[in-house]
Amino acid sequence: MHHKTLVELGAGLRQGEYSSEELTRACLDRAAVLDPQLNSIITLTGEQALQAARDADARIRSGEAGPLTGIPYAHKDIFCTKGVRTSCGSRMLDNFIAPYDATVTRQLNAAGAVMIGKTNMDEFAMGSSNETSFYGPVSNPWDSETVPGGSSGGSAAAVAARLVPVSTGTDTGGSIRQPAALCGITGLKPTYGRVSRYGMIAFASSLDQAGPFARTAEDAALMLGAMAGFDPRDSTSVERTVEDYTGGLGDSLEGLKIGLPNEFFGEGLDSTVAAAVEAALDEYRKLGAIITEISLPNSQLAVPTYYVVAPAECSSNLSRFDGVRFGYRATDPADLEDLYKRSRGEGFGAEVKRRIMIGTYALSAGYYDAYYLKAQQARRLIREDFIRAFEQVDVIMGPTSPSVAFRLGEKSNNPVTMYLSDIYTIAVNLAGLPGMSIPAGFATDMPVGLQLIGNYFEEARLLNAAHRYQQVTDWHERIPPGYE
Amino acid sequence: MKWETVIGLEIHAQLATRSKIFSGASTRYGAEPNTQACAVDLGLPGVLPVLNAEVVRMAVKFGLATHSTVAPRSIFARKNYFYPDLPKGYQISQYELPIVHDGYLDIEVDEDTVKRIGITRAHLEEDAGKSLHEDFHGMTGIDLNRAGTPLLEIVSEPDMRSAREAVAYMKKIHSLVRYLGICDGNMQEGSFRCDANVSVRPQGQAALGTRAELKNINSFRFVEQAINYEVERQIAVLEGGGTVIQETRLFDADRHETRPMRSKEEANDYRYFPDPDLLPVEIEPAFIDAVRQTLPELPEVKKQRFMEDYGLSVYDAGVLTATRELGDYFETVVEACGGQGKLAANWVMGDLSGALNKAGLEIGASPVSADVLGGLLRRIEDGTISGKIAKQVFEALWAGAGSADEVIESQGLKQISDSSAIEGIIRDVLANSPKQVEQYRNGQEKVFGYFVGQVMKATQGKANPKQVNELLKKMINDA
Amino acid sequence: MALEAEEVEKIAHLARLGIDHDDIPEYARNLSDILAFVEHLNGVDTRGVEPLAHPLDAVQRLRPDEVTETDEREHFLHNATLTEAGLYLVPKVIE
Repeated sequence: MHHKTLVELGAGLRQGEYSSEELTRACLDRAAVLDPQLNSIITLTGEQALQAARDADARIRSGEAGPLTGIPYAHKDIFCTKGVRTSCGSRMLDNFIAPYDATVTRQLNAAGAVMIGKTNMDEFAMGSSNETSFYGPVSNPWDSETVPGGSSGGSAAAVAARLVPVSTGTDTGGSIRQPAALCGITGLKPTYGRVSRYGMIAFASSLDQAGPFARTAEDAALMLGAMAGFDPRDSTSVERTVEDYTGGLGDSLEGLKIGLPNEFFGEGLDSTVAAAVEAALDEYRKLGAIITEISLPNSQLAVPTYYVVAPAECSSNLSRFDGVRFGYRATDPADLEDLYKRSRGEGFGAEVKRRIMIGTYALSAGYYDAYYLKAQQARRLIREDFIRAFEQVDVIMGPTSPSVAFRLGEKSNNPVTMYLSDIYTIAVNLAGLPGMSIPAGFATDMPVGLQLIGNYFEEARLLNAAHRYQQVTDWHERIPPGYE
Repeated sequence: MKWETVIGLEIHAQLATRSKIFSGASTRYGAEPNTQACAVDLGLPGVLPVLNAEVVRMAVKFGLATHSTVAPRSIFARKNYFYPDLPKGYQISQYELPIVHDGYLDIEVDEDTVKRIGITRAHLEEDAGKSLHEDFHGMTGIDLNRAGTPLLEIVSEPDMRSAREAVAYMKKIHSLVRYLGICDGNMQEGSFRCDANVSVRPQGQAALGTRAELKNINSFRFVEQAINYEVERQIAVLEGGGTVIQETRLFDADRHETRPMRSKEEANDYRYFPDPDLLPVEIEPAFIDAVRQTLPELPEVKKQRFMEDYGLSVYDAGVLTATRELGDYFETVVEACGGQGKLAANWVMGDLSGALNKAGLEIGASPVSADVLGGLLRRIEDGTISGKIAKQVFEALWAGAGSADEVIESQGLKQISDSSAIEGIIRDVLANSPKQVEQYRNGQEKVFGYFVGQVMKATQGKANPKQVNELLKKMINDA
Repeated sequence: MALEAEEVEKIAHLARLGIDHDDIPEYARNLSDILAFVEHLNGVDTRGVEPLAHPLDAVQRLRPDEVTETDEREHFLHNATLTEAGLYLVPKVIE
């Protein structure tokens, strides 16, 4: 059963081949056996999952099932889940039982999806390797010595290892696309504002966006359909009806204009990754797409801009973790200041502390203009590059990550090197555009991801391009050795 | 050396909304601790703010009433600092682009001097919670019910030169926000609070002196005391050869002094930046026009009208327009008594205000309604009763005796204006007082008062005094 | 710009982060590397460029002034370590 896609499982459920309870139990059993080596899940929620599965079965029997009803999924531990620990990968929230559901959680519940657990992640989503988690690193199912990417490493690994057909993630600078690429699965970051951020623990508010992981574009389309939507509780949520993301999946790509940014194929890109991406682009040519070179001249500003904007926002967003109302509280503080400093000093890991300090510095008196304001100006230049590019092309493509999965510990001592692993994904967040990563071959036996970037709210076009490619390739069907 | 005082005020007015500025929790005062602090107010992980439409409307009202510019685009920013009553570790406020800026308000410094006080800006922000310092095993308790209550912070120019001017300005703003219905003005409950920036400089010097910020002044009286104390303190420091340091000081109402605030000792670096959870607030001209239509008659306009329509003095008109309720009461009285503005003003500001003060009541809780008081004044006006009897009737009305006519009727207080009846009484008085008649005829004119007193005594004060005087004069001379 | 240990301590204090004294040199080195990296932005001509705070050109939506939340105090208090009489407790605050 674990080889089946969401679409196939949904059909089996509705045809009565198996119940959601059986399916859920199978997922839980598989996780119990395989996850100890992967460490992709922080909290398994077996009891709740089986109850939700029985509810879904009743709904299926009464003929009120939607495409997600009864489908098991794994939920990134950044989304609040009422009554279930929501740790955000941090010691700070190790004891935090969320008293409410995130909007995404609520919508997936309403669709009848069955959450089997909360997935491992970089602490507060700050990382590109899942190594900053308080709960330890996640292994890449393709090679246990390498990282799955981050920050949504657990969600990506769980889908790649066939523990669940689909999972959720969040993407602030590449945290869905990069792990999807490194684990050989499909991941989608929607347009900023398409999915509600309410109840999703904030890292950098103007960049964070939730999206799905799946093995196929078709499954990702169904997940996105359930996750997306206007939310009056999120001021940055966009009042716009949710499209049918599956309707146009099979549309022809004849005449589709694909732009390749020069800047994504230069120095720093691993040659074996480049070769896989070139081969994928050849498939698109065969599908009738017209490929042209374009330029995003301010691309090189994206990572430095991001490492001002994101830390600045996070330094403020994480001030609420002070040990008073929730979360880790230092024992026997001498006074108020000691309570704050020790709760935060002991509750946060090193990377989170580094980013809080960078952000604090960038916003502090005398440095605001030189760092924060400058970065916001650069951010506009980066967005304008994309706006100009989309006057010429329909979709932008390139590598998702400059290399395949790197070894555990390889970059964890050098923050700047780690930051550069998001070099192709970060600009998309700064501009607020939708982006995807899909499996596009292998380099040194490790998966390579192809990144697709669309214009604002053109998720359907990205899914269509991804789906057509998956119809003529089988990279997305490859299973990591040991997880067959 | 002669010193000049320079004062600017920062007034925090809680906006009278039902729900909070960024959440749907109630703003009701006095609830059990933390029962009105929802997930957003507590700053739980993952929550987000959404702006209350009413606070925008109220801020625009204030802007229009103070001749200010309403910003077509304003921005919410985060002010970052750690304090237990600030759950998120930042306060959502407005920094670079406030919703209202560059306005003014005129205050009366004395009977005939008006002074214009500049309003630098008025911005929207969220209130913090409360720290309760009762002893919880040596700890402080935090109640976040107030966290997220909408505030309009009104910042003046440093245009005031004395504590008296500062109080006059503060009272004016207090009256205005209540007129506009945007703040209940309740200072005991903290709905209207004030910080004062105070400095002194040698008379004639252009540059401002170093200022101290005085916090926690929650009454008009305390503002005056705190500023006066602080001015003396600063002058003493300077004349003693010292320098004033820029600091935040707390007013101690028990000791009538200010002292440095320990918790604000270190220089704060608030790291303001635009709140990424909130988008720019855009206000269309059509919205401003619609709000303008809903503005009540403002105190200044009402005051002018009272002076013109009712012939009131500047002072009386000022008193009667100090609150919207008092002005409304006064105008109802005028209407009910047949348009006697001056008479109505005298009664509202005299007997009624005196009785209210004594009973500690606001005008809205007066036991004598404006219609009833008007009915009483009508009877003075048409000669049914004298002013003196009216005071007696007023006391009965205060005690809940119905209408003036009912009291006059049941207590038989109607004035005697029938000449033949008064003449009969005068005849009796003269007949019974031969000695006094004799004295009067011998030129002792002050005995006249004795006769008047006897007539009034015989009629229990009900005889029309004017008629008594006229008839008495005629009859003594005729007798 | 290279940060000195003293500056790291100042920033950590501003952010109320307790840091082991022994870790300060490493933080100083890491933070200096990151700052040197982001200072690539200094070479960019941004004269006349309006800062971009949000990716979409949207404006703030307004919520009707209605009370929609109910009392969930007991539920929320469960996540706090120290409470009493419905209050969250902190070490004594001196004003």
